Amino acid sequence: MAKVLMKGNEALSEAAIRAGLKAFYGYPITPQNEVPAYMAEHLPLRGGVYLQAESEVSAINMVYGAAGAGARVMTSSSSPGISLKQEGISYIAAAQLPCVIVNVVRNGPGLGGIQPAQGDYFQAVKGGGHGDYRLIVLAPGNVQEMADLTTLGFDLADKWRNPVMILSDGILGQMMEPVEFSENQETVKVEKPWATTGAVNRERNVVNSLDIIPETAEKNMTALLAKYDRIKEEEVRWQEDNTEDADVILVGYGTSARVARSAMELARKEGLKVGLFRPITLWPFPEQRLRELAKPGRKFLAVEMSAGQMIEDVRLAVNGISPVYLSNRLGGMVPTPEDVLKKTRDIVEGRVN
Amino acid sequence: MPRGEVIVNSELCKECSLCVVACPQDVLAIGKAINSKGYHSVEAVAPEKCTGCTLCAVMCPDVVLTIRRKSPERK
Amino acid sequence: MNTVFQKPETLTDVQMHYCPGCTHGIIHRLVAEAIDSLGVREQTVGVASVGCSVFAYDYFNCDMQQAAHGRAPAVATGIKRVLPESIVFTYQGDGDLASIGMAEIVHAAARGENITVIFVNNAIYGMTSGQMAPTSLLGQKTATSPRGRTVEEMGYPIKVCELLATLDGPAYLTRVSTHDSRHVLQAGKAIKKAFEIQQQKKGFALVEVLSTCSVNWGMTPVNALKWMEENMVPYYPLGVYRDVTAKEGN
Repeated sequence: MAKVLMKGNEALSEAAIRAGLKAFYGYPITPQNEVPAYMAEHLPLRGGVYLQAESEVSAINMVYGAAGAGARVMTSSSSPGISLKQEGISYIAAAQLPCVIVNVVRNGPGLGGIQPAQGDYFQAVKGGGHGDYRLIVLAPGNVQEMADLTTLGFDLADKWRNPVMILSDGILGQMMEPVEFSENQETVKVEKPWATTGAVNRERNVVNSLDIIPETAEKNMTALLAKYDRIKEEEVRWQEDNTEDADVILVGYGTSARVARSAMELARKEGLKVGLFRPITLWPFPEQRLRELAKPGRKFLAVEMSAGQMIEDVRLAVNGISPVYLSNRLGGMVPTPEDVLKKTRDIVEGRVN
Repeated sequence: MPRGEVIVNSELCKECSLCVVACPQDVLAIGKAINSKGYHSVEAVAPEKCTGCTLCAVMCPDVVLTIRRKSPERK
Repeated sequence: MNTVFQKPETLTDVQMHYCPGCTHGIIHRLVAEAIDSLGVREQTVGVASVGCSVFAYDYFNCDMQQAAHGRAPAVATGIKRVLPESIVFTYQGDGDLASIGMAEIVHAAARGENITVIFVNNAIYGMTSGQMAPTSLLGQKTATSPRGRTVEEMGYPIKVCELLATLDGPAYLTRVSTHDSRHVLQAGKAIKKAFEIQQQKKGFALVEVLSTCSVNWGMTPVNALKWMEENMVPYYPLGVYRDVTAKEGN
């Protein structure tokens, strides 16, 4: 199929429909409104259900119901709306239901603004709702990846019976780039013998997250954590460039990684040995590879549109072997390559502690 | 020979008495025996009066009672 | 002798956890009998809520989902929209449906969502040990209205059937009671009808069932039935608030 020019939010939506999406439950919020609009336009004509819920809270619980009934299902929102979904996400994770949740992040906290940001990193990768659980968190870096990681997201959700979050931002959602969809992205249909589809010729199925017996609840949690360990072993994804000889490795995801890449290219032209490390899975975080890259004399610079969130995972990964610095902008401001380059020079020339 | 028969699954009974009050024939009463949950289960103390009307079972919250009757129709 | 009354197939053999005399058990049985009589057990998906009926998924012998507090109508919507041929019901108490879940129930009703809602109104939060509910009566003493519910402090109880009857979406709205065997039999008919309405794809059906909570009301189960008849029935009038099949002359 030829490349077409699309907004990131539209490419993501098209990829979801091609992945066999059966239902989309949404609620309006900027800057993700292209997703529900695309779904409302296309999904009912291609065998799926589009429904605008009365709130983000209801939308995520509709996702719970449909996922429990075995359907490929998704919802999308932006930061304040994702906060409202956290209760439902916790239940979905606990009941081990597959679904895709899109967060087109805007600046916060509170009502914040509608400009791109990455301040929901902790919420996405550390849990967000109550209890011990993890989402698989995918961070696209361009419009093609908005599509490709959505396809992957549905497959990972079904494979692991786990909610997957696409952590995007206002720039990636709104920007237009060429994107290519393969002719047939119908994925292998995963059997879901646990789904509540009606107990015909089988024992009844129950979708549930309640267990008031501590002994069995602990066993269930241990099994859940074992699943998370297997995901950490099998599903870590990242991209790295020019890291072999790098004195400074820039670490960033999403829009920040695009800025960091430009900064790396500027730095290389100046003769500075700078590399780029871009996590694609934010959970599981590529900590093992970062640890391998850490060595005395090498430095890391986390590039973020948040107040120093991802940097904590970078520091945990390098575990004191290399120093880790921060270059960031807040409030919906996007860092420039020059900002990052200046900080890189300061690090190389020892002007920062 | 009574027209109806009430069969009590004593283990499920919680001694609430709703069936006792519901029975128009005073067939049922709370008994002396204690079940494994510690409740005095209901008993058919006047089984010969049972008409099989099912009103006791209709009011039982725990499906303790099974009712049999001579005529097949349930009115 | 023929067996004329026994446990319905749609109830499991698990002993219900409800307190002695709690009418939840009666209402569970009525729902199970309705599903049995329509022969739809194998296509039914039930949604349990949060409150005393939180364990309903252990008692109904059909596919079940357990929903977050108040969200059962949204969960049911999610199921029904992807499995339109299934029979989907929620089983919710008054705190779940009429307090935290008010948005979900109103919008499911307004959409005419083709589901069946069993709404158990016992005028109190039972599971959390007797707090004031949105349906607690004026003057009613609870753990959080120890001197009795007053209009000045807590406002008025919510009449769910009357509220939903202001919407065009619902197909069937009725309020029934469990205070004696005659009313329980009527409640059973209403519940069966609420499932038939869904089966016929006529839309949203809700049965509000007045229920007791003898433990938290502080009285015996038998006296609780009497209290319900004397206090709840006058404030929450029994009857049909919407019936689209009546218009059709059925």
